[in-house]
Amino acid sequence: MKEEDFKDNETLELFKKEGGNVLLSTVDAMINWGRSNSIWPLTFATSCCGIEMMAAGASRHDFARFGIEVYRASPRQADVIVIAGTITNKMAPVLKRLYDQMADPKYVIAMGACAVSGGPFFYNSYHVIKGADHVIPVDVYIPGCPPRPEALLYGVMQLQRKIKLETIGKQNDIASDF
Amino acid sequence: MENEKLKEIVIAYMPVAEVIADKQFLNITVNDDQIHNLAKFLKNSPETCFDYLFCESAIDYNDHFMMVYHLDSTKYRHQIVIKTKITNRETPIVDSVCDIWIGAEYHEREIFDLFGIHFNNHPDLRKIFLDNDWVGFPLRKDYTDFVNIVER
Repeated sequence: MKEEDFKDNETLELFKKEGGNVLLSTVDAMINWGRSNSIWPLTFATSCCGIEMMAAGASRHDFARFGIEVYRASPRQADVIVIAGTITNKMAPVLKRLYDQMADPKYVIAMGACAVSGGPFFYNSYHVIKGADHVIPVDVYIPGCPPRPEALLYGVMQLQRKIKLETIGKQNDIASDF
Repeated sequence: MENEKLKEIVIAYMPVAEVIADKQFLNITVNDDQIHNLAKFLKNSPETCFDYLFCESAIDYNDHFMMVYHLDSTKYRHQIVIKTKITNRETPIVDSVCDIWIGAEYHEREIFDLFGIHFNNHPDLRKIFLDNDWVGFPLRKDYTDFVNIVER
């Protein structure tokens, strides 16, 4: 997706244009090109959004077209963790541990209403984390219950856009807040 | 076997049982000291042969608990529901049916976890879903959680 196609949300690119570093920008462009076009997700799904995530990876939608090539079964080999489903109190330590085991640079996509805010059904209950961002920092939120595979593809493209704005000069350290 | 015939068999074995037939199931209610006895009879009697406990559950009626056992016979393909009332809310306790249907073990652990009902002679009565340091029984009607649950 081209930059000018994101007409509804231009803030990221505007921010970059204001504060770019001339010396590093060529190196950044190369590194970001590589990173953003091979973000491999972790095989991790906790409920029905996982089915849509599998559909996005299967032949009809085939998100390998966008460089999200293949699901990795080990967090050591994964770049992005798609939180596809409800995170319960008992699952939260496992999610945190998986996130900690991933190698930098690592990204998080919260897919579906449960991962964004606790879900349409379970938010007012004793056992559900009200949004995965209570546990780990989230880069992209995808609403829906569950989101269609196209929505996941759009969210992944937003993440790629976000990665393209990174610079090796000034590291993004949101994770240090957690 | 038809519900009428089942009813006769149950009444003949346990005359104090309260029997109510609804559209689908025959509901048998007995005292909590007789439930194990009746369950064993229904499993072992060659006429009834209820060899499959397909659902074991508990209900909170505010002043008492109700244990509900849905039984099925894989031989005759008939079903029955047996129930028992637990009036003691402070220390609810009932006989386990694990020795009759081994599948009851996980059901009873779940009921123990979420309702706090104890089971006599259960082989391994531990929490199954909640954390080990969890306080309270979430499926009870009087359960309150001011941190996570908004009352409306």
